[in-house]
Amino acid sequence: MEVIILLILASLVLAGGFLGVFIWASRSGQFEDTTTPAMRMLVDDPAPKAESVRQSPKPKHS
Amino acid sequence: MNVQTFRYDNKIVRAFAIATVIWAIVGMVAGLLAAVQLFYPGANLNLQYTTFGRLRPLHTNAVIFAFVGNGMFMGIYYSLQRLCKARMFSDALSWVNFWGWNLIIVAAAVTLPLGLTTSKEYAELEWPIDIAIALVWVVFAVNLFGTIVKRREKHMYVAIWFYISTAITVAVLHIFNSLAMPAGPFKSYSMYAGVQDALVQWWYGHNAVAFFLTTPYLGLMYYYLPKAAERPVFSYRLSIIHFWALIFLYIWAGPHHLLYTALPDWAQSLGMVFSVMLVAPSWGGMLNGLLTLRGAWDKVRQDPMLKFMVVAVTAYGMATLEGPLLSIKSVNSLSHFTDWTIAHVHTGALGWNGFLTFSLLYWLFPRLYRTKLYSVKLANYHFWLGLLGIMFYAVPMYFSGVTQGLMWKQFTADGFLQYPNFLETVIRLLPMHRLRAVGGTLFILGVLVMAYNLYKTAKSGQPVTDDEVQVPVVDDKHGAHEKEGGHRWLESKPALFTILTTVAVLIGGLIEIVPLYLIKNNVPTISSVKPYTALEVLGRDLYIREGCVSCHSQMVRPFRSETERYGEYSKAGEYVYDHPFLWGSKRTGPDLHRVGGKYPNAWHYNHMENPNTTSPGSVMPPYPWLLSQKLDTSSLPARIKALRSVGVPYPADYESKAQAELETQAKAVVEGLKTGMVMDAKPDREIIALIAYLQRLGTDIKAQAKN
Repeated sequence: MEVIILLILASLVLAGGFLGVFIWASRSGQFEDTTTPAMRMLVDDPAPKAESVRQSPKPKHS
Repeated sequence: MNVQTFRYDNKIVRAFAIATVIWAIVGMVAGLLAAVQLFYPGANLNLQYTTFGRLRPLHTNAVIFAFVGNGMFMGIYYSLQRLCKARMFSDALSWVNFWGWNLIIVAAAVTLPLGLTTSKEYAELEWPIDIAIALVWVVFAVNLFGTIVKRREKHMYVAIWFYISTAITVAVLHIFNSLAMPAGPFKSYSMYAGVQDALVQWWYGHNAVAFFLTTPYLGLMYYYLPKAAERPVFSYRLSIIHFWALIFLYIWAGPHHLLYTALPDWAQSLGMVFSVMLVAPSWGGMLNGLLTLRGAWDKVRQDPMLKFMVVAVTAYGMATLEGPLLSIKSVNSLSHFTDWTIAHVHTGALGWNGFLTFSLLYWLFPRLYRTKLYSVKLANYHFWLGLLGIMFYAVPMYFSGVTQGLMWKQFTADGFLQYPNFLETVIRLLPMHRLRAVGGTLFILGVLVMAYNLYKTAKSGQPVTDDEVQVPVVDDKHGAHEKEGGHRWLESKPALFTILTTVAVLIGGLIEIVPLYLIKNNVPTISSVKPYTALEVLGRDLYIREGCVSCHSQMVRPFRSETERYGEYSKAGEYVYDHPFLWGSKRTGPDLHRVGGKYPNAWHYNHMENPNTTSPGSVMPPYPWLLSQKLDTSSLPARIKALRSVGVPYPADYESKAQAELETQAKAVVEGLKTGMVMDAKPDREIIALIAYLQRLGTDIKAQAKN
């Protein structure tokens, strides 16, 4: 049953990873606004208007 | 105000959508064929390629990885772009994802009927395909994370969290569980043995349910349900909380597949406890979904997409209440190995995964083709056909599961088994299995109606083009934060991010894999248990090839009803050389762990040639090809070498002696057959190896008792 050590280790690393990601999310403000995201996702992005169509700027980082 | 104009990739969504529909039909028809064989074994057309044992994994792989897999990619690729307000990170990776995944499925469709299988559930595909799966999954993960990194919407909507957890966890699960030593181009032996293999398998298996069938679909629900209902999620806060709770708890639930087996008690209890706790975050998801529809129920009445979604979410709630209940040891002592498990699986599969995928297809097709759904009426017909299909599937299976479980446990007043002949319990279930096939047929008819409807919708619409959109962008996206270091900085460098991620994954992989070569768990806890002989190894590999594990278990549980029927209950130490384990999940036929020495060789010969001659009324198909096909011993040295490398203590020179030992044992089997009046058996046929293996099963501890 030694494999249980491996499984627990792997699960702990995974869980620890998830914990780390949660802490990052909290600190970078992902949970500051829990009201508007649910409403904002309902609105589709508009199609570009004819006059203001221009090329998307080249991305700064590739 | 700055605006950026770009296009969302719709073509990739369309590709995945079409693949989803096609595989739905293929996978479900395979399931129907398998279901029919359980009351009419001749439905395999007397071909070895389509027996239940070889067909079942084709069905499960097709519906899980082909149907749900493509459905998941379809839903994710559409929603992720719009939630991130960014086109997919790389079009090239998108198409590698699509073609790679679907070619893998084609490989599955070819290899599984040929009997090229590992026998581990939902991980049957052999090692070259496993590698392909890992590569394609990395491609998907890179595409996913790359898109998230280049997002224009800073907040990551809850659906994205679900997608991320899927990408990461499926990779870990797949890699771990698939670790095996190749013994040929399409044959490998699990790195793990016996109890350990069982635990790793069901750590994987249950988390495949969790992170392939549940988390991505919850993510999809969180996008498509509000969008279709035009209402925000009931409680966004709840969605965040239940997400984190769900992913933390799910990983520990695996042992609930192994209750009352030879898995150590404490591991069983751990699995049971976490499984029961899982009700809470699961129902958080269900309630959040259903309560989102407050005030929109008249819309549900009119919109087929929402009808499907409501049933899907409700089925999710039902399955996630039933699952934890089935994980309670006392309940499980009745349900394990019965059709109740099948009923449970299909409530979730047909209801949650099936109906949610249909819901998305009905919503996406009109949008992709910029038209209206061809026929709302036909969509409604599909809805009712599907719903009836689910009922006719699940309800008969509940009846048959409980019947089966109770009959196995029934004792007479004198203390003998009421139904000592397993066949009696098989025959009792036939009507319920017929009804279940009716349910499956109805479900498929609904899917065919949908396929027609979607086809006509596509024909009536415009060719699929990308959605061009204009999104306002705050110039200084990072300005809001005082600190620009750490992860924030890294996020703005996608290429570096991807490389570091890959390195991290590789390091993790190394840390995980290296110890496996160092951990030796071949210290036998029962001294009389010895490795299988060469002939028995080949026989065991035939057992795996034919998919016998789909109908027969090899795990006698510590209940009096089982020890009376089968013999001594199964001990962990008996399985130390079983690469892979063959405990099984279902008893369509009896448990075989103590079958060794129970019947003479001739009984097995006649039974395999035509089960009805020894067991009238059996639904097991004939296996005449085992009597005619020659046993291939050319791969024997490679197999022994591989088994030795995963910890089976064959002597160093065994390869040179194995062939001779095999032939001696084969002659002995043939002599035994002659005693049973089977005179024309040839020692070089496959059946000899299989008989040798079956006669070995469970006999090692009897050897100890003799001493």
